[in-house]
Amino acid sequence: MEFLNYLISGISLGSIYAIIALGYTMVYGIAKMLNFAHGDVIMVGGYISFCTVFYLGLPSWLSVLIAMAVCTVLGVVIEGLAYKPLRSAPSLAVLITAIGVSYFLQNAALLIWGATPKVYVPVVEGSMPLFGGKLSISYVSLLTVVVCIIIMVGLTLFTGKTKMGKAMRACSEDKGAAQLMGINVNRTISMTFAIGSALAAVAGVLQCSFIPMLEPTTGSMPGIKAFTAAVFGGIGSIPGAFLGGLLLGIIESLAKAYISTQLANSIVFAVLIIVLLVRPAGLLGKYVPEKV
Amino acid sequence: MAVILDVQDMNVYYGAIHAVKGISFQVEEGEIVTLIGANGAGKTTTLQTVSGLLRSRTGSITFMGQNISAVPAFKLVSHGLAQVPEGRRIFLQMTVEENLEMGAFTQGSSAVAPHMERVYAQFPRLKERRRQIAGTLSGGEQQMLAMGRALMSDPKLLMLDEPSMGLAPILVEQIFDIIQQLNKAGSTILLVEQNAQMALSVAHRGYVLETGRVTLTGPGRELLEDEAVKKAYLGS
Repeated sequence: MEFLNYLISGISLGSIYAIIALGYTMVYGIAKMLNFAHGDVIMVGGYISFCTVFYLGLPSWLSVLIAMAVCTVLGVVIEGLAYKPLRSAPSLAVLITAIGVSYFLQNAALLIWGATPKVYVPVVEGSMPLFGGKLSISYVSLLTVVVCIIIMVGLTLFTGKTKMGKAMRACSEDKGAAQLMGINVNRTISMTFAIGSALAAVAGVLQCSFIPMLEPTTGSMPGIKAFTAAVFGGIGSIPGAFLGGLLLGIIESLAKAYISTQLANSIVFAVLIIVLLVRPAGLLGKYVPEKV
Repeated sequence: MAVILDVQDMNVYYGAIHAVKGISFQVEEGEIVTLIGANGAGKTTTLQTVSGLLRSRTGSITFMGQNISAVPAFKLVSHGLAQVPEGRRIFLQMTVEENLEMGAFTQGSSAVAPHMERVYAQFPRLKERRRQIAGTLSGGEQQMLAMGRALMSDPKLLMLDEPSMGLAPILVEQIFDIIQQLNKAGSTILLVEQNAQMALSVAHRGYVLETGRVTLTGPGRELLEDEAVKKAYLGS
């Protein structure tokens, strides 16, 4: 029973990582850049949701939608102002800019909301007892897992079936060829940032519901872990991000329970290193042979 | 015959390198026009400038009576311009059918099916393999896919960049047969080739490029017989 409890907590933690990792992986897949500010968009999402509930007294579900809308705009603005001018710059310049944007967001949050942690009220409360109370699953955990699955299925359908989604895949493979098809590559990249940032807002709300504390650095650790999850599963791959996130959450939760709380993060990253040694492209990373 | 593409005084630079030095040429409706020349003569650069991926510093590019020299590449497809890029550049991780759908990106959804039927009629091989991932096709099939993909936008002018590159001789002949068939079916074609022999034998007119300049121009058959061309490009 104890094991099951840890496993469930790992799955829901992993689902949050997975949602963040999906954002990372989509942006990487299409813009070929690591958006290190992605984690901080999560934090902004959390604060927006917090403020709309705390100051405006709006219902939780509405606060989620507002957070998504604000983060979508934020993501598109960040991309347009910071990354778009660097489209043909070396990738190191873009990477450093992304780190800059990350610090900018953290410090802006510090200025606006202060350093004192805010206590976030979870979007759903309570838990569901199972096996006559021996096991209980919090509704937040359930919600997280369900939302994660919906997002992953939704994104898979979007990129596999819709015209816009296919255009995104085309851009991710070859931007020059995509332009020759009449695809507006800049608009496609903005759209990817919009989707990724909306997902970050959802992840922010769930993360804060799971650990109900909100401060300007709230997004950085989950951001880094989700990035790890995306690499773990195979960066650029949607099912990879999902699997990577889940596994990472489960490993972290079990390591905390059975090995050591302090060592949990080290164990997570050690597993990553081992996986990458054996499979450099990640668990589901694709290798397509190229004919010339 | 009406001139559908009119390039005047094209000058293209890569940084400080002057790659195309004042090229002018025309393509008339219904023609196959070829630009031939050695590696580095500026053929691909010229084509990429017409399709908007690169910019000319001077002159003008007029397509169907409109100056397109400042129009972004992605907008030119709806003007009726399609390019089969050098090295094919099909979407290797997508299926054959998805590649064709991308070719019709600017078309309304109702136009996709009839265009696809037409392309499949031209390339039955693609129909057989429509659910296959494009990366698993052979080189010749990939070239057919790249051509089919470009035809999906129902272009007024089809530009082909080195369609014979990397293909076995038998496939090269097949590709050039297809080019002639497409032309007979009404497509106007601008062809860039290193294989001067093949290109000149199918083209109505040709332009010989040397280090960024047009050095010779004339009907394909005549260029094929030209002593200077023979010596430089036909190995005789």
